[in-house]
Amino acid sequence: MLEIAHREANELAPNSNSKDAPDFSNWTCPLPLVGYPTIVMGHGGGGKLGNELVEHLFLPAFRNAALENLGDAAVLSLPSGKLAMSTDSFVVQPLFFPGGSIGELAVNGTVNDLAVSGAIPKYLSASFILEEGFPLAQLAAIVEAMAAAAATAGVQIVTGDTKVVERGHGDGCYINTAGVGAMREGIEVGPRRAKPGDAILVSGTIGDHGMAIMSVREGLEFESQIRSDCAALNGMIAAVLDAAGGDVHVMRDPTRGGLSSTLNEIAQASGVGIAIDEARLPVRTEVQSACELLGLDPVYVANEGKAVFFVAPLAAERVLQTLRAHPLGQNAAVIGHVTSEHKGILVARTQMGANRVIAPQIGEQLPRIC
Amino acid sequence: MKYLTEFRNGEIAQRIAREIHSVATRPWKIMEVCGGQTHSIIKNGIDQMLPAGIEMIHGPGCPVCVTPLELIDKALAIAAQPGLIFCSFGDMLRVPGTDADLFQIKGAGGDVRVVYSPLDAVDLAAKNPGKQVVFFGVGFETTAPANAMSVHVAKRRGLKNFSLLVSHVLVPPAIAAILESPGNKVQAFLLAGHVNSVMGYWEYPPVAEKYKIPLVVTGFEPLDLLDGIRRAVMQLEAGTHEVENAYERIVTFDGNQHAQKMLAEVFEVTDRAWRGIGVIPRSGWRLSEAYREFDAEDRFHITGIHTQESALCRAGDVLRGAIKPAECAAFGKECTPRHPLGATMVSSEGACAAYYNYGRFLSAEQLATAGSALTHA
Repeated sequence: MLEIAHREANELAPNSNSKDAPDFSNWTCPLPLVGYPTIVMGHGGGGKLGNELVEHLFLPAFRNAALENLGDAAVLSLPSGKLAMSTDSFVVQPLFFPGGSIGELAVNGTVNDLAVSGAIPKYLSASFILEEGFPLAQLAAIVEAMAAAAATAGVQIVTGDTKVVERGHGDGCYINTAGVGAMREGIEVGPRRAKPGDAILVSGTIGDHGMAIMSVREGLEFESQIRSDCAALNGMIAAVLDAAGGDVHVMRDPTRGGLSSTLNEIAQASGVGIAIDEARLPVRTEVQSACELLGLDPVYVANEGKAVFFVAPLAAERVLQTLRAHPLGQNAAVIGHVTSEHKGILVARTQMGANRVIAPQIGEQLPRIC
Repeated sequence: MKYLTEFRNGEIAQRIAREIHSVATRPWKIMEVCGGQTHSIIKNGIDQMLPAGIEMIHGPGCPVCVTPLELIDKALAIAAQPGLIFCSFGDMLRVPGTDADLFQIKGAGGDVRVVYSPLDAVDLAAKNPGKQVVFFGVGFETTAPANAMSVHVAKRRGLKNFSLLVSHVLVPPAIAAILESPGNKVQAFLLAGHVNSVMGYWEYPPVAEKYKIPLVVTGFEPLDLLDGIRRAVMQLEAGTHEVENAYERIVTFDGNQHAQKMLAEVFEVTDRAWRGIGVIPRSGWRLSEAYREFDAEDRFHITGIHTQESALCRAGDVLRGAIKPAECAAFGKECTPRHPLGATMVSSEGACAAYYNYGRFLSAEQLATAGSALTHA
């Protein structure tokens, strides 16, 4: 039975002939699933098959006391004080890509949304919408990736749900996660708190995730492979807040829409102008090359493991050094500052020494004709 | 050399700009033909580096912008047909037809796909023998070889379900049309370097001679553009009218002979309507007799198209270089990239989109203030 599962998994894997394709051939189920090598409608039906998924896959991977109760809701202990809550859905294609998978994204995405809000992420939920025929081996690989990401981020996955949709009605696997975290004392950050004079820092190279996904989709190959930067940022953010808590005014993770969307949103929310220096933007050569090929601009390309910080000018150097001392912040840079001029508008000094506005993007970036 | 940073060096750019300042004694109007050049000029602020009298006029070289509305409406009608896969380059999807765009057709259930190469569409046809696959083949001479290759390959593979909705346009007749239009202001051209990478520049000496106008083959990076402008200004000041090549690392006089041979086989010259400009005689290509069976217009007899352009949009004046985008009353008001009235506001190569996206809705003073704020940081 498992042999069938392996073959199916490889046949259905995106880009299964590519060197980047995940290898499921050595995957063994920790507690073999007795029924089927692929998801069938019954796995979402609330009966025995669904229970098997929970007992043989989700519980062993996510094991924790709250989850093991298997009640309709997880019962949690939380510290007193304020809570933060966030949710996000993940529909990425391909499901597996250089540097990660939908599993890591689903955990890190919600962890990062909590962390940039000034919270210490604690608990997550995980809901799966699976397409009939989706290989169990791939689901297991995704679940294992989620478990590893949760362990790295120091959060627990305490409740979940699985639904199955008919073949052709989904894209293999969709995941929703929601998370709660405990707000740190004495931290007040938010998109409206940027002040003229604030220094703006980014924790590393921009555009890595979006171009990793696009290179796989478009079959682009470069001398060195572009890897997603998908990572949990709560550790790095805790280090920054420990070093400069009260001086940090805004934190955001520039995901969809890239750095441009994040900075434009902050400029508008805070009613300030933002000026950045293009020459200071950290961009990997291979990401820049891929963007040139496709006619895209890295400031609009998604990140999944980067944070932007607006900090009081005197704290800028301290925050920069703290970021660079962290494994996820080695390429951190001061990229610009907040001004009381051109309110609500993001202006970049070009490498030619002229100025241009970076406008918010409308919908998706579209590859050009020539 | 990675060709990424070498041609974006700010110091060398300033040096070339100083040279232009030192040779320019009079005002000159120079048109960059290609929309890619327009975007590079506005994105990098090249026009801000030039002497006040040197005006860059933005040309019609945006394939998306000049594709006739009627053809876009035909594309929408074909794409909406069930059991058909309609393939296009990405930036055609948001171009407004009379009533809709390709995104809306896709949302309503049309199978519209973005491809990076027309050959991907040919592969789709081979993999989906039960479906018609149509590729929307627009563009100048730059994209023509790949489009020609697609029908060549489809014919060789005997694919009866592949066709090309084709609207190719050519640079030399467009230059002639601009120079002959009443009230023309253009005194020199920066030729579109990537067109010349395919076609070479053997077609251009008669144009330079006939109209007594300097033509400079120019690339797309900031230093390429500044060098092209410098050479054009030097010719204008000296009163010469040569064809010069400022893009030697890519362009040769003869161009890509293999591509030209393929183009001559697959296409034949035809009159073409240019959106916003009108019909220019012998200004485009259509499929030749030998490949006519792959013509989507012949295969799908779309009739009853009634086009209607926005009454406010002045894209035609922008494409002819008669006005700057910001001089259109609708610019940034009724017409934005989010609600475009014309194709020039949509395409990543359209002049209106360049002006809007790179902030030319700000006044020069505001941009200058933004700059001084940076300098003092």
